[in-house]
Amino acid sequence: MSPFLIQLSPKDNVLIVARSLAQGENYEIEGENFVLPQPLGLGHKIAARDISTGEKILKYGAPIGSATKAIAKGEHVHLQNMKSDYLPTFTLDGQGQKYAANAH
Amino acid sequence: MVRAKNMPQMPINAYLRPDGRKGIRNQVLVAYLVECAHHVAREITYPYREQGAQLIGFSGCYPNPYSFRMMTQLCSHPNVGGVLLISLGCEGFDRNALMEKIRESGRPVELLVIQQSGGTSRTIREGRAKVEAIIDEISHVPRTGMSINELIVGTVCGGSDGTSGITANPAVGLSFDHLVAEGGTAIFEETGELIGCEHIMAARAATPELGTALEQCVGKAAVYYSTMGHGSFSPGNADGGLTTQEEKSMGAYAKSGSSRISGIIKPGDVPEKGGLYLLDVVPDGEPRFGFPNINDTAEIAELIACGSHLVLFATGRGSVVGSVISPVIKVCANPETYRNMEEDMDVDAGRILEGRGTLPEVGQEIYDTVLRVAAGAKSRSEELGHQEFVLTYKSFDPSVPIGPSCFPNDL
Repeated sequence: MSPFLIQLSPKDNVLIVARSLAQGENYEIEGENFVLPQPLGLGHKIAARDISTGEKILKYGAPIGSATKAIAKGEHVHLQNMKSDYLPTFTLDGQGQKYAANAH
Repeated sequence: MVRAKNMPQMPINAYLRPDGRKGIRNQVLVAYLVECAHHVAREITYPYREQGAQLIGFSGCYPNPYSFRMMTQLCSHPNVGGVLLISLGCEGFDRNALMEKIRESGRPVELLVIQQSGGTSRTIREGRAKVEAIIDEISHVPRTGMSINELIVGTVCGGSDGTSGITANPAVGLSFDHLVAEGGTAIFEETGELIGCEHIMAARAATPELGTALEQCVGKAAVYYSTMGHGSFSPGNADGGLTTQEEKSMGAYAKSGSSRISGIIKPGDVPEKGGLYLLDVVPDGEPRFGFPNINDTAEIAELIACGSHLVLFATGRGSVVGSVISPVIKVCANPETYRNMEEDMDVDAGRILEGRGTLPEVGQEIYDTVLRVAAGAKSRSEELGHQEFVLTYKSFDPSVPIGPSCFPNDL
């Protein structure tokens, strides 16, 4: 695994990016290589394996929400493909609002 | 647990208050009792801010038991030596009752009513003379030794991002473990930021009844925030890589460390013995006055009203706030933020991500910084002159008191 990717708990299906990454950077997860399609900030999440729709996203070994669509290994995991199981997430550009209806 | 390594322990030379409480600062509060008295109070305070004069106040004209209790606890905080109250004259705040409470604590307290003092300029003039007299009086407050088990430390996080829950928050948690092991008191808060970790947290309760109460406490927050339509989640959190409330919660929860949880308190309750306490900041009953805490500063004020001598503030995106009354120590989670805003940060916790330090090392540094600041060293936000303060309306239902399950006595 690339040294800038951190797995916080062995149960987790997401990895944390430990430094800001530029578009086109290469990273490796369990022998598989990926190229980053867009820049990604420190602290963001990348799928450690394929995740199916409705599956819990696990970080710190605990559920932090559910996948709203199938997420491929190596893909950025954020508002566009997961949601809270508790409260909707709002962002200034409204990106998160469309998921509000999906949240409980 | 982190252990001190050959650190010469600077003694805490505390200010002994007439009520027996011990403070690490000797502030004079100038408190306005309605927004209409704010300008006069500020003008009185300003020339003496280097000598410990600080401004607090309550803006609302309608009385409210929560804000009265908050003002009472803040004005009789151990870091406060004396108080000058500034009233306009017609507001709803019970100035005489507040004055009586402060007097009972043995602190010097004075009151000026602008409508009875001849207006703005005369009140400012009279007020400055009173502040000078209080500063002179409290310069003779007796000093005494203070040990770690007498220290109360609160923690808050603000401007969180994906690094907060990995570096700064767990490091604060380690320093809390150390503090609690030494007999000190640690307070964590914001039950809205514990949504999603209620069951994990309940397992750490001192008694099963307290565990149930902890879960109910977070349940109340979830209902409240759902009614508000927003969780405790800001757009900056999402830019920083956090996606959901429960993800933010797990990171925030790490600040509490791993000690047993001794009890639940509400704003203004001062824990009577050492241990780890959850401060329930969410009002009881139907949502009435809006968001539980409108910003980080409101949370800091509540931690201080619960007796916190100092406050640990973990930030990823980069908050700059400090506070009146109690020093705020900034723990920066994100190494990029630290490089960008170094003057505002006391501890570089983000170095963990760059291999320049370990979590236990940072936890120890936070603990050492707490002792250094308690012994008189200024925190960064103090040096920079930050004295933020805000107090709003809330309602806590007296029929939903803190029961014995929330505050077990037999520990």
